[in-house]
Amino acid sequence: MQISETSKRILADLLRSQTGQDFPPNRRWRVGTALSGLCREHGIANLDSLIAKLGMSQRSAQAHTLVEALLNNETYFFRDRAMFDLLAGRVLPDLAEARASTKSVRIWSVGCSSGQEALSLAMLFAEQESRWAGWTIDIVGTDVSTSVVEAARSACYTQFQIQRGLAVGQMVKWFEETPQGWRAKEKLRRMVRFEKHNLLDPPPNPAHFDIVLCRNVLLYFDDVTRARAFERLAAVLAPDGWLLLGAGETSLGQSDRIVPDRDLRGFHRLATSARAQRTADLPRRAAG
Amino acid sequence: MKTCLIVDDSSMIRKFLRTSLESLDFAVREATNGQEAIARCEESMPDVIVLDWHMPVMTGIEFVKLLRQGGHADQPKVVFCSTENDLDHIRTAIEAGADEYVMKPFDRETLHMKLQLVGVA
Ligand SMILES: C[S@@+](CC[C@H](N)C(=O)[O-])C[C@H]1O[C@@H](n2cnc3c(N)ncnc32)[C@H](O)[C@@H]1O
Repeated sequence: MQISETSKRILADLLRSQTGQDFPPNRRWRVGTALSGLCREHGIANLDSLIAKLGMSQRSAQAHTLVEALLNNETYFFRDRAMFDLLAGRVLPDLAEARASTKSVRIWSVGCSSGQEALSLAMLFAEQESRWAGWTIDIVGTDVSTSVVEAARSACYTQFQIQRGLAVGQMVKWFEETPQGWRAKEKLRRMVRFEKHNLLDPPPNPAHFDIVLCRNVLLYFDDVTRARAFERLAAVLAPDGWLLLGAGETSLGQSDRIVPDRDLRGFHRLATSARAQRTADLPRRAAG
Repeated sequence: MKTCLIVDDSSMIRKFLRTSLESLDFAVREATNGQEAIARCEESMPDVIVLDWHMPVMTGIEFVKLLRQGGHADQPKVVFCSTENDLDHIRTAIEAGADEYVMKPFDRETLHMKLQLVGVA
């Protein structure tokens, strides 16, 4: 379905201002499908009329529904399982040693969608029970889309969602059947929290993370915005922390402050200079 | 090429599974109930069995119990594929010896992920 130039401009402006995302021609073909639900909801058959009505609305919540409909929220449990295996087998043991004095680990799942990534992480900790007994595990998931943050907070998943990527043993162990769907058990839920947040804005609390996951999010940005995003992420990463990108993503050529880890595929670390700067920042933070 | 035995009394589901599995590079054989599945396994043991629950003659649960008790050295992976979508049934299947469980309806990608989880895809 075609939309007018005016509609394209409205959508592009909204997307950019609310999410920083680009709206190149190769994303426009799915606009019709993406907005069909909203058309039905508002009883408007014509896409241009819908976009005009919601996009021009003084109520930003209405305009936000347009943006949400355009976002790709694709996610599933243990997406790119190899990365989770490396986390469990290599990174978490190192982290347990490095943080033994504070017994606290802070993780940020950026662009968390409906929360499967954050809960997959929580399962890693829950499955290494003896190692993490008595620790504070704080996993913050954030997303620019209100509806997925609400879904993540409910911790409830449909039959379709629950069996994508999750082993049946993990499902039986960590989820319970409820009338609302398969719900993560309390033991996982108490490690995770979710907030609406645009990753281009100042970071969520505690603004200092041992591991940051920003997977399958940056690919929607243009180069300039992506560089800004890397600055944001580098500014909150612990000097010895890890940044995880999606399977096909890299910081190479996009950031001076973040470099791919030599051993672990998909894992990134602060460059030496950025690490020194973050280390110098830390005492000030602690004092403040 | 990995081999898969599909065990389901519905020809429609067998067809869907066959198409999905062949596109994932499996050599596929079929059976319509547990007893036929035993015969197919005696001919040659597949790498993985995709198994329905309710079937005439012999159910999936009866079949998987027999298979696991049979003491074959080359035990195949067993992925249940059923409309019984509650925890009690799922637990029963795992206790009987299933490695994975797919709740119907499902799509090809979900099946693929489950086959990866049991290490055959
Ligand atoms: C394709 S999903 C990826 C989800 C998950 N990280 C994964 O890899 O499975 C991308 C998510 O990023 C979110 N997103 C897009 N732009 C964002 C921004 N500027 N700030 C925060 N989240 C954003 C989208 O709403 C969407 O839920």
